[in-house]
Amino acid sequence: MTPAIQIRGLRYRYPDGTQALNGIDFHLDAGESVALFGANGSGKTTFVLHLNGLLRGEGSVEICGVPLADQTLEQIRSKVGVVFQDSDEQLFMPTVLEDVAFGPLNLGLSPDDALTRARTVLKRVGMAHALERAPYHLSAGEKKRVAIAGVLAMDPEILVLDEPTTFLDPPTRRDLLTLLRSLPQAKVVVTHDANLARALTTRAVFFEQGRIGGEGEVIEIIQRFHWEYS
Amino acid sequence: MHHLVIDRWSRGSSFLHQRDPRAKLAALLLFLIVLSTTPTSVQGAFGGYAVVLIIAVYMARLPILGLTARAALILPFSATFALLTWWSGDSLRALALVEKSFLSGLAALLLVATTPLTGWTAALESWRVPRMLILVMQFVYRYLFVIAEQAQRMRWAAACRGSRKQPKSRGFRLAAGLVGVLFARSWQRADGIYHAMLARGFRGRFVPAAPAPFRASDAVFLSACLAGCLAIRVLL
Repeated sequence: MTPAIQIRGLRYRYPDGTQALNGIDFHLDAGESVALFGANGSGKTTFVLHLNGLLRGEGSVEICGVPLADQTLEQIRSKVGVVFQDSDEQLFMPTVLEDVAFGPLNLGLSPDDALTRARTVLKRVGMAHALERAPYHLSAGEKKRVAIAGVLAMDPEILVLDEPTTFLDPPTRRDLLTLLRSLPQAKVVVTHDANLARALTTRAVFFEQGRIGGEGEVIEIIQRFHWEYS
Repeated sequence: MHHLVIDRWSRGSSFLHQRDPRAKLAALLLFLIVLSTTPTSVQGAFGGYAVVLIIAVYMARLPILGLTARAALILPFSATFALLTWWSGDSLRALALVEKSFLSGLAALLLVATTPLTGWTAALESWRVPRMLILVMQFVYRYLFVIAEQAQRMRWAAACRGSRKQPKSRGFRLAAGLVGVLFARSWQRADGIYHAMLARGFRGRFVPAAPAPFRASDAVFLSACLAGCLAIRVLL
């Protein structure tokens, strides 16, 4: 079976000379969910920005069997949906409905089809009541839901979630977790939240200074790297 | 914030709110042309324009005091030039300068308060205004809130560490530092937004949803505006 993600020997150096990734080998099976742990600056976010070609380093990246290249960029971006840590960066259109329709319109859907799809996913994430609202008037939890809807509207095969529970209160985290667990896509979850990782993923990868320091079951990685503060 | 209130107003459902943004934009342009070409000596005409705008505000079910107070923000700027004109001995022209700027501001505000941002920017786009200019307007409007919030948090953080007790010279240095950090953060945010747009398939162009048709009622509205402005201009 073709893996959802297959990465070999990925290296990336920022223009200021910082070596952010230093030989990453990674794979994700279709429908699997994996947590990425690691200290701040260990390369997790840099890594996920490679999954849909926002950053391009040395090494090979294959998404659903399609190698990442200039010619395949559009195809790969429709397969990998990235939900960014800060929802304010992701919600840039004047209304919620237009924001969610932004991706489908870019995929070439007609305005009617794009708006229909946007309404469907907004209903799915529980935001059907906010179609005409401005994104900046929403609460943090609502913004996160709309950001997820914007990505789901592109019908991706892989969801990348960068710190999805940051800034959210416990009830909102619980609701978000329920929503994420109901989604069938393969997931890559960048998080410091061990509880979220335990509830949402089956495998964890630990990043250390641009390398993978260890991988295995979530509990095992949490214990091996002391990744809990209580 | 003022723009928060205006944003709420623009989502109303009055007769004016329901008019096509292109018709309202054209009406505004006509009004501004007629207003700017009205001789300063015809003071009655300015009263007529004011009455037309007040009727429009009433039809839009907007608070007249709130709207005029916001339009009055233009007065300190125009009053400066009016004062210079008055000193040079042309008091009628000075008065007309204040009247024209205030009425222009009120008319433009009326458009923005009865039309969501998407509507009037789409109208500008249909008039072939450069797309880049419209994009800049949309992004400035959208991220003004986010940047204003950041500025507020930084100001609070500075106040918590006793910035108010500092001498003025250090206060200026602090303000300069805050502006510098805000600029750097805005740049970082712009970078983040661009990444988020690329991740959702952006290829340098916003694909618009289908625009609403220009209805007969919009044409009637535009004609009535034109006739009203010309009638005041000619008769008063």
